[in-house]
Amino acid sequence: MSQADQTIQGRDGPWELVIGLETHAQVVSQAKLFSGASAAFGGEPNAHVSFLDAGMPGMLPVVNEVCVEAAVKTGFALNAQINLVSIFDRKNYFYPDLPLGYQISQFSDPIVGQGWLDIETETSGPKRIGVTRLHLEMDAGKSIHDRDPYRSYIDLNRAGVGLMEIVTDPDIQSADEAAAYVTKLRSILRYLGVCDGNMEEGSLRCDVNLSVRRPGGPLGTRTEIKNVNSIRFIREAIAYEAERQVEVLEAGGEVFQETRLFDPNTGETRSMRSKEESHDYRYFPDPDLPPLVLEEATVARLKAEMPELPDAKRARFVAELGLSDYDADVLTADRESAAYFEAAANGGDAKLVANWVMGEVFGRLNKDGGDIAAAPVPPEELGALVEMVQADKISGRQAKEAFEFMWTEGKSAADVVAERGLAQISDDGAIAALVDQAIAANPDKVEEFKAGKTKLIGFFVGQVMKASQGKANPKSVNALLQERLNG
Amino acid sequence: MATNMELLSLGVAEARDRLAAKDITAVELTDAYLGAMAETRDLNIYVTETPDRARADAAAADARIQSGDAAPLTGMPIALKDLFCTEGVRTTASSRILGAFAPPYESTVSAQLKAAGTVLLGKTNLDEFAMGSSTTTSAFGPTLNPWRADGDNRPRSPGGSSGGSAAAVAAGAAIAAIGTDTGGSIRQPAAFCGVVGLKPTYGRCSRWGVVAFASSLDQPGPITRSVRDAALVLTGMSGHDSKDSTSVPRPAPDFEAELSQGVKGLRVGVPKEYRVDDMPAEIDAVWRRGVEMAKAAGAEIVEVSLPMTKSALPAYYIVAPAEASANLARYDGVRYGDRVEGEDLIGMYGATRGQGFGAEVRRRVLIGTYVLSAGYYDAYYKKAQRVRTLISRDFDAAFQNVDVLLTPTTPGPAFAVGEKEDDPIAMYLNDVFTVPASLAGLPAISVPAGLNDKGLPLGLHVIGRAFEEGPMLRLAQAIEDAAAFDLRPRLAAEAGR
Repeated sequence: MSQADQTIQGRDGPWELVIGLETHAQVVSQAKLFSGASAAFGGEPNAHVSFLDAGMPGMLPVVNEVCVEAAVKTGFALNAQINLVSIFDRKNYFYPDLPLGYQISQFSDPIVGQGWLDIETETSGPKRIGVTRLHLEMDAGKSIHDRDPYRSYIDLNRAGVGLMEIVTDPDIQSADEAAAYVTKLRSILRYLGVCDGNMEEGSLRCDVNLSVRRPGGPLGTRTEIKNVNSIRFIREAIAYEAERQVEVLEAGGEVFQETRLFDPNTGETRSMRSKEESHDYRYFPDPDLPPLVLEEATVARLKAEMPELPDAKRARFVAELGLSDYDADVLTADRESAAYFEAAANGGDAKLVANWVMGEVFGRLNKDGGDIAAAPVPPEELGALVEMVQADKISGRQAKEAFEFMWTEGKSAADVVAERGLAQISDDGAIAALVDQAIAANPDKVEEFKAGKTKLIGFFVGQVMKASQGKANPKSVNALLQERLNG
Repeated sequence: MATNMELLSLGVAEARDRLAAKDITAVELTDAYLGAMAETRDLNIYVTETPDRARADAAAADARIQSGDAAPLTGMPIALKDLFCTEGVRTTASSRILGAFAPPYESTVSAQLKAAGTVLLGKTNLDEFAMGSSTTTSAFGPTLNPWRADGDNRPRSPGGSSGGSAAAVAAGAAIAAIGTDTGGSIRQPAAFCGVVGLKPTYGRCSRWGVVAFASSLDQPGPITRSVRDAALVLTGMSGHDSKDSTSVPRPAPDFEAELSQGVKGLRVGVPKEYRVDDMPAEIDAVWRRGVEMAKAAGAEIVEVSLPMTKSALPAYYIVAPAEASANLARYDGVRYGDRVEGEDLIGMYGATRGQGFGAEVRRRVLIGTYVLSAGYYDAYYKKAQRVRTLISRDFDAAFQNVDVLLTPTTPGPAFAVGEKEDDPIAMYLNDVFTVPASLAGLPAISVPAGLNDKGLPLGLHVIGRAFEEGPMLRLAQAIEDAAAFDLRPRLAAEAGR
């Protein structure tokens, strides 16, 4: 699609957005990046703090291999270059929630180099977003300013937790694209199990670098919006900031390079610090950490361990299981749903199972809340239920009834069907008896039918179904009625 | 029962043998040292004395010896530079900023020595955060060298930064002491105090729990009365530590056993670039004597070239302050140590660090911050790192043809306290011979070679290949044997000063 679709309209002409994202993804690991302390979220303030995290004298960092492996796997998922030698640097600045007085990060030689991620949006279609780099760094602690009018409190539980910072090229041109990128990235990280993607708890957060320019014109000055922690906020922040910059420029003003904060309450961004106030971080290689060297064999092993990622899974669901693009999209949006679906389908009618997962299972989860991986109806049981429908053992309506009991009582499909007597009567002898009863009891209707009022077949079906308490196989009932009435 | 005089005359190796023979006890030995510590307090050697701990350690050591479970260092009353974190014992780095800080953890090296059964006498004075060559930048006042020049009673500096540890050994206030060496901080004070000081290969001893000055250079090591003692203590404090990423996974060799091999056929390099133009005659003379001693012991002398030598000192005074500027950022008054309140956060930082750090530390933090700043990084820090690489290559090339290098340790003997205080550059020049080995991470040792004509000790410096302390120790032993240096300074208490 043409770029014109993405521009925003100013007072005197269109403007193009140039956006780059820096995403901080907290690595799922037991321990922090350089200390043995727990990396768990929450807990009493300052409960997960090692001597290193507290910046005690003489304490030294030792890199956590789990975090390194997470970075390499993510690198593969981003189709990126894996650097066998990378360097940890010190980024120096003073702040009370940064106990060492420097953050250990990677500056000149990150663990993962250039790569890309494909996204798709309704407005701009499929698009490849360049990834500049991915590096490992430690998180800072948390400053709490609102508990006391004169003092700030510090919680170091988060200090030292491992983060992957994933930086895109300035390829993103709209809020939609930014949202699609973050959604896709989040899904991949969750597929890999390297980040829980929980934006509310801050395990995934974004810095948005944005500038505007006239289409094809020279790049404008960018601002950086820090720590935006939901996809909706990313959209809102981009929309607001782009409008703001356009207004400033159209009024003959100047956009200043600065760091801004997004306020979710007002939907606005406001200046946090200007370039003049920005730090000189004095990066230099951390002398406590030798260069990080990856063995070829380790990299090869990690590559071999890569799970199937959403794109490949989606393509397979369409090509091999015959799902529609839409269904495949929905079912691969997260790893757990895809796993549930695959376990339920397991050789059965994939399309039918897909309908059940997206209809009944998602419906109940939406209503009750909860995680699909812990759904009260395990995927195997859903599969068994769907198979009964397919084998005409129960009707679709019965299956829905059974599903309800399975969900609330946690019983197997077979048990529920047996206990509730839900099994469909497909025995022609039994059905024939009911059919004969219905015909005998309604001679006037039989006459009318024979005189041409064939619609009355529905009446007879209803009578038989009623007599069978809904268990008779409607197909058999229909066939037998036709036979007797027309015979 | 041995007299205190007898007990105090024993080195580590002799004391080990006498303890094993149950001829003396660790408690006796410790009591003798606690007495010597009290008598040498005028030298301001110790920042913190730990007599109760020492007596308890000694009793435990005796029990261990009795049960036949003794290690070579069991029962040795030692001193630790106050840069090693000691659990529950105040650790100051000789700075005001740490206040009454008592770490809740024990450094790996001091824990190893503790596990070996050593007795902790106390924590010795140093230049603040190990920044200095005189032990005069300490917040607790200068340590004095037990040696005085003939006909000049001005107190002398013990050198630094491990001046307290070197003075402790020289004054007989510890049987051995542990220091740290960044650019010469073990070797230069050892030379000034007439004792042996050994800087191991970088990575040989763990830095975990040692207050950091310059992480890529800092290395703990022993200060002792003899080369044999240095070998013994080094074995006790070496080994891989998974808590220090720069610690090298190699076992601790039995360095004492290597001493018996002698120096016959050992190729000793004499780097011509170390013969600086204005080298004092006495230093030149002691160096020549060292060469003769090596030759007489059967070593082969080879002249070698280390062309980058003159760039080492400037490179060192960029790299070390750069690392220090970051390493000392954690002393911010927020979590531990002394806080000085200010108007706001920045004011608190300024007041805490401005008042907590002394002038030399502030100077180096400023230099370090400057050389890492945007626009200066390439010209200073990056260039210095390149020089460092070239210096390592110089050594690699030289070690193709020789096994060890022999140089003077210092450009002069111990200076009078206050003599170089007003000229930091003159002070920095003290490290001119020791810094190249530091930048290359090589092991080096200073061994006393004799007295100058004023009666002050001078040291010779032997540099070895990385992780080959053995040949270095053998040449040091040969020099020690030939120099027959067994002089002790006349102590104030004895001389009735």
